[in-house]
Amino acid sequence: MSRQSLSKAHEKIKELSWEPTFATPARKYATDYTFEHAPKKDPLKQVLRSYFPMEEEKDQRVFGAMDGAIRGNMFRQVQERWMEWQKLFLSIIPFPEISAARAMPLAISAVPNPEIHNGLAVQMIDEVRHSTIQQNLKRLYMNHYIDPAGFDGSLRYFHSDYCGTIGRQFGEGFITGDAITAANIYLTIVAETAFTNTLFVAMPAEAAANGDYLLPTVFHSVQSDESRHISNGYSILLMALADEANRPLLERDLRYAWWNNHRVVDAAIGTFIEYGTKDRRKDRESYAEMWRRWIYDDYYRSYLMPLEKYGLVIPHDLVEEAWNQIWNKGYVHEVAQFFATGWEVNYWRIDPMTDEDFEWFEHKYPGWYNKYGKWWENYNRLRYPGSDHGPIAFEDVDYQYPHRCWTCMVPCLVREDMVMDEVDGQVRTYCSEPCWWTDKHAFRPEYQGRPTPSMGRLTGKREWETLYHNWDLADICQDMGIVRDDGRTLIPQPHLDLEDPKKLWTLDDFRGHPFPSPNVTLNAMTPEERQAFADDYRKGGPAGRPKDSAEEFRRRVEKVG
Amino acid sequence: MVTTVQEKKEGASAPRPQFTNAEAGALEFPSSTSREYNYYKPARLRRTVYEDVTVEVQPDPEHYLSQGWLYAFADGQAGYPQEWTVLRSSNWHAFRDPNEEWERTIYVHSARVVHQIGQSIENARLNKAFARWDPSWVRQVEGHVGAWAHAEHGLGMHVFVPAQRDAPTNMHNNAISVNSMHKLRFAQDLILYNLALSEEFDDFDGARHRQVWMQDPAWQGVRELVERLTAIRDWAEAVFVTNFVFEPLVGVLFRSRFVMQVAAPHGDFTTPTVVGAGEADYARDLRCSRDMFALLVNDAAHAEHNRQTLQEWLGRWTPPAVEAARRLQPLWSQPNQRLVRFEDSFGEADTQYRSQIRELGLDAPEEA
Ligand SMILES: [Fe+2]
Ligand SMILES: [Fe+2]
Repeated sequence: MSRQSLSKAHEKIKELSWEPTFATPARKYATDYTFEHAPKKDPLKQVLRSYFPMEEEKDQRVFGAMDGAIRGNMFRQVQERWMEWQKLFLSIIPFPEISAARAMPLAISAVPNPEIHNGLAVQMIDEVRHSTIQQNLKRLYMNHYIDPAGFDGSLRYFHSDYCGTIGRQFGEGFITGDAITAANIYLTIVAETAFTNTLFVAMPAEAAANGDYLLPTVFHSVQSDESRHISNGYSILLMALADEANRPLLERDLRYAWWNNHRVVDAAIGTFIEYGTKDRRKDRESYAEMWRRWIYDDYYRSYLMPLEKYGLVIPHDLVEEAWNQIWNKGYVHEVAQFFATGWEVNYWRIDPMTDEDFEWFEHKYPGWYNKYGKWWENYNRLRYPGSDHGPIAFEDVDYQYPHRCWTCMVPCLVREDMVMDEVDGQVRTYCSEPCWWTDKHAFRPEYQGRPTPSMGRLTGKREWETLYHNWDLADICQDMGIVRDDGRTLIPQPHLDLEDPKKLWTLDDFRGHPFPSPNVTLNAMTPEERQAFADDYRKGGPAGRPKDSAEEFRRRVEKVG
Repeated sequence: MVTTVQEKKEGASAPRPQFTNAEAGALEFPSSTSREYNYYKPARLRRTVYEDVTVEVQPDPEHYLSQGWLYAFADGQAGYPQEWTVLRSSNWHAFRDPNEEWERTIYVHSARVVHQIGQSIENARLNKAFARWDPSWVRQVEGHVGAWAHAEHGLGMHVFVPAQRDAPTNMHNNAISVNSMHKLRFAQDLILYNLALSEEFDDFDGARHRQVWMQDPAWQGVRELVERLTAIRDWAEAVFVTNFVFEPLVGVLFRSRFVMQVAAPHGDFTTPTVVGAGEADYARDLRCSRDMFALLVNDAAHAEHNRQTLQEWLGRWTPPAVEAARRLQPLWSQPNQRLVRFEDSFGEADTQYRSQIRELGLDAPEEA
């Protein structure tokens, strides 16, 4: 279509909506935002008669690449270390995609602008596309990769696994609560505009470096729809800003959404990219370097900051703190170590780190070895089952099993930041002050003295360990179903060696290890015990060191420094 | 913000490919042949691609979601509450879309439809076919076919788009979102067709469709009904009433019994192609709705409750639909060639409506 006929078509399509006079669409999803004074802002325009053929053509390329990868025996050069993490990644991602589709009517019902409605409806079907295309990619991996275990039960495991909640809120956050908080600020302004870069651009690049050129094909195709979604979100944000009364809500939601996305996405994608790769070229960008470029420069400085002039209060402190977490506080390393500590209750295999990996980490993150090296050496030492030791989480390797953050459900890994408080009659721990604030102040029916009746709630059994308090590890695994088809060998393994059955952990190796819940334990303490516990916990780290060895570590570092 | 692929930095090294032999079948070990999504039971013997990419993507605390939903609305409702419809099911997850729609089929189908429509308009233009239209018919297309675009748009945007948030499983919601796109696309097809015609006929009033939709007494019953359908809170009621009451009694009546019958005798072979695409999509969506509601009507535990509820909905919504249809009657006498009588057209539509209801095991109410 020519440019002129395209713009005529856009104008014409506007004629489709009308002001109803007999009845108005059911207001199904509440919001505390108002759009009474909002001038209408239009998003990128889309005419369906060019949209469908355009997407269909993109699909043809994707399916062509899939056939090509199979014919070209791609899996002969795919790195298992990388592919194993795809069992987690590709269980997470179809859910936020489909949740984004489901979120669209929330935004449509909240925003009185038919032009935006059209954009949002197209986004809805885009997201159905993304979700199903990704499920299909995972299916291909399951069919052609050496170890299908984990892919085969991915959507059962993901929904009950010990870190599934971390990924799941990057999806659940889109579909409930205040319609604008969920479907605009959390979903589009932060998740899509900022964090899809790490998901759909950084991840694929790393996949390619690990021999997998299919993931890039699929995810670039997904990412190419993203600019339209970003434009929908931006138009809504500008409309919301027109009303002064919305500004405190925008400030609240941007703080929550930014921090939660950082906690969740940086935890997962950071781990995949730094610990799931075999590509240790010194000149390849680290996750921190990518983050600095795409999130800090391209999103924060180029997208968010210019919105200040429209009255948007930007959480500068939280952006700086997120960077501080990644660069100085070892956030990604702490998370990767937590995943590996809990390899027993996952559904993929986690490869130990080698000398080459150590060297790369030290090069990219000076001081890494002093903090994390010993623990990974222990991980390597304990990788095969043996009569003299259990799995690493139950051995003395100078690691204190962490408490969960009640809000983001990533554990309180940067120990000094842990916040403990009694909220809703329960003693809860939080990984950080902003996560504490999210539960205590943001997700409440009142905010800064103003009623916020539409705001959502945190619900669910948010600490996974509570489900299995003091269960035997073998029983937990059986309950989760993460056992292979011989009925005894586990799907998760702390190494990649499949040749020798004696190297594979079985349920028998797990028996006799009770798994207590930190939160249940904490609530059973007296207030004094609890305070002492919290004080000690904050003195722990890095790399999960308990207080005493943490203090010794700091003395040693100071002496060297 | 970046939506393009990263540029390779000047002088950067490239990763070396390595032989890893991580191919299926390279080794035998426990689960080395476990190559099926084993967390759901396929509807038939073999799993389909459609099922593999659809089932369980939207989790459910009744299945594997052991920690429950993590976020809720202010009133505590979370995820996909079954209470968002008064209908009940002993197993919502049993539903499968008979059209097996997923990414591939959605785009292949709709791309083909828009291509076909584009082609037939283009052919008509090249063959000067528009010049052969009976002038009385041009007015019909200008006003009435144009007005119909609004009905499709309103239902697509405000019945089906929200319904795909509200239904309890991914199978329901994906199918309903496909239904909504059919309607939204068809609405655009019609309105852009209207635009194309205003470039073909000197006296074609491209704005009249709106006036007809908003003011022509013949259309006010349809508009009222459409607006009332968008106001229904219960997703199942909205979907059921739209596809089983509104569509056969009003939609098919106008599209198939009027436009498709009357166009050709007035020299118009193009409009039926455009409108026919929408009709074909309705047939596709109806097939899906039929399976969706048949499951509920035959539910092991709730058949009676569901039957009664659906019967109640039929009782409540059939009279205004019949009324809306009857108010369209003047359309039948406007074209020059009066080849079909309204009563005959309506009779056929009514017969189709009744047989669709009976197929579900329900009774159509006495004609209002
Ligand atoms: Fe998406
Ligand atoms: Fe947190």
